Amino acid sequence: MGTTPAPQLNDGDISWVLASSALVLAMTAPGLALFYGGMVRRKNVNSILMQCFMCLAIVSVLWVVIGYSLAFGPGHGWIGQFVGGLDWFMLHNVSMYTPDHWTSDPKWDPTTSYGGTVPNQCYMIFQCMFAVITPALVIGSFAERVKFSAWVWFTVIWLLVVYCPVAHMVWSHDGIENKWGVLDFAGGTVVHMNAGIAGLATALYLGKRLGTDKPGMHNVPFVMIGASLLWFGWFGFNAGSAISAGALATSAFVVTNTATAAAAISWAACEWIFTGKPTLVGACSGAVAGLVAITPASGFVDVGGSLWIGFLVSVFCYCMVAFVKPKFGYDDTLDAFGVHYIGGLWGALATGLFAVKVVNSGGSGVFDGNAGQFMTQAKGCLVTTCYTFIVTLIICFIIDKTIGMRASAEDEVIGLDLSQHHERAYTILD
Amino acid sequence: MKLVIAIVQPYKLEDVKQELYAANVNLITVSEVLGHGRQVGVDEYYRGVKETGNLLRKVRLEIAVNEDFVEPTIKAIIKGARTGKIGDGKIFVLDLPRCIRIRTGEEGSKAIG
Repeated sequence: MGTTPAPQLNDGDISWVLASSALVLAMTAPGLALFYGGMVRRKNVNSILMQCFMCLAIVSVLWVVIGYSLAFGPGHGWIGQFVGGLDWFMLHNVSMYTPDHWTSDPKWDPTTSYGGTVPNQCYMIFQCMFAVITPALVIGSFAERVKFSAWVWFTVIWLLVVYCPVAHMVWSHDGIENKWGVLDFAGGTVVHMNAGIAGLATALYLGKRLGTDKPGMHNVPFVMIGASLLWFGWFGFNAGSAISAGALATSAFVVTNTATAAAAISWAACEWIFTGKPTLVGACSGAVAGLVAITPASGFVDVGGSLWIGFLVSVFCYCMVAFVKPKFGYDDTLDAFGVHYIGGLWGALATGLFAVKVVNSGGSGVFDGNAGQFMTQAKGCLVTTCYTFIVTLIICFIIDKTIGMRASAEDEVIGLDLSQHHERAYTILD
Repeated sequence: MKLVIAIVQPYKLEDVKQELYAANVNLITVSEVLGHGRQVGVDEYYRGVKETGNLLRKVRLEIAVNEDFVEPTIKAIIKGARTGKIGDGKIFVLDLPRCIRIRTGEEGSKAIG
């Protein structure tokens, strides 16, 4: 290591990041799986649970083999600001002992490691869970009509050519959006806007389900259990993104809980005003919208900012799914676009408004005297949105022209559980 | 009086209901049933072992009507449920000797509507 001091690992930080990784895993399965699973017709519930569960398996393998290297590995040349190289293929050079980039590099620089007090491998497994949930979120947009085989290919390709580059652009040291100064604490842009806009692309490409364009809510208690598990796991997602067990994690935990609570209240209030009664699914959707919106801001805003973010996000998302979506008529089955894109977009822009230096010296927003941050955030959003939308459409086109994307009409009528998996969730005879 | 029983595809229930409303038939009972006709069901597997239950989910409608409503009811069900493919379902029409409205004790034709 030459004259550079050996990196100091911190046991408390490692414990918290590892625990957070497990929390974020629980967001995908069972959290998101149940949240989505309850919102589809019962002939399709297994297909949703299966896709979420297999997403966990497929992405976990892809991530250690190549995904982490593409997303967080050092880039090379001009292309290096968009995607990482293959230096960390099969976790080669990703140390379980030190946090640094290249264990054998004499020019080790603590400022270029991801979280200086946990081993690189610890950060890798934490990020693995983020990579798992992002393609799982997209499932909500094309639920109830995609062949399982097509979904497998979609997930593999989408992870490598959309998720990894977007994560690299925003989060890696040489990423282009990172260099612009785009603030994204826990993945509002990388995870939620990314999944949401990809969802819209798939919904537009596939068209409507047969005979319906409404969610066929078959088990509302599932939706509530799923939303609660998302809320629970999201503490790992946001507070874990501090990559330390100190003050920043505490603050992120507090604002996450606050914004989520505020958003649940305001969604229920929207329903009370516009349709007469608040619903459980509405309150749960509000909570998820709040979690999405606070994600990019969680390490930068104080409790006042989090209340604004939470109360307002449900108003935006509610208007999107209740008024705008019916007008355009696209079939975003479970509103991955309406909740995750719109919520993520508001969160990313709001970070540029409400970030304060008191919370995190790394970022300050418009109300903290940094007027330029809002435009920086908007620029980051625009790049992610355009890139993901276009590339996702291309992926859909390629899969559709080769193996076919959509289940046959007959399979869709019978239900994906029986037609894709030879297995149904419930019986009524015994 | 006739009792019209129809077995239709679950995803066609909404269309059938709309057609029935359009034909001014507003009183129906709906239940979920399993079955199959000539349409071959789909096999299920449990850890690699084939299960026998090749029954598919269907919806059963029961509609009690007076004579002059029998044909409109049948037409409405066909219009709503027909796709032209195997599995569209069946309609059975049965004689209905008595009908009593519990609330008022009325009997016969006026108890049906």
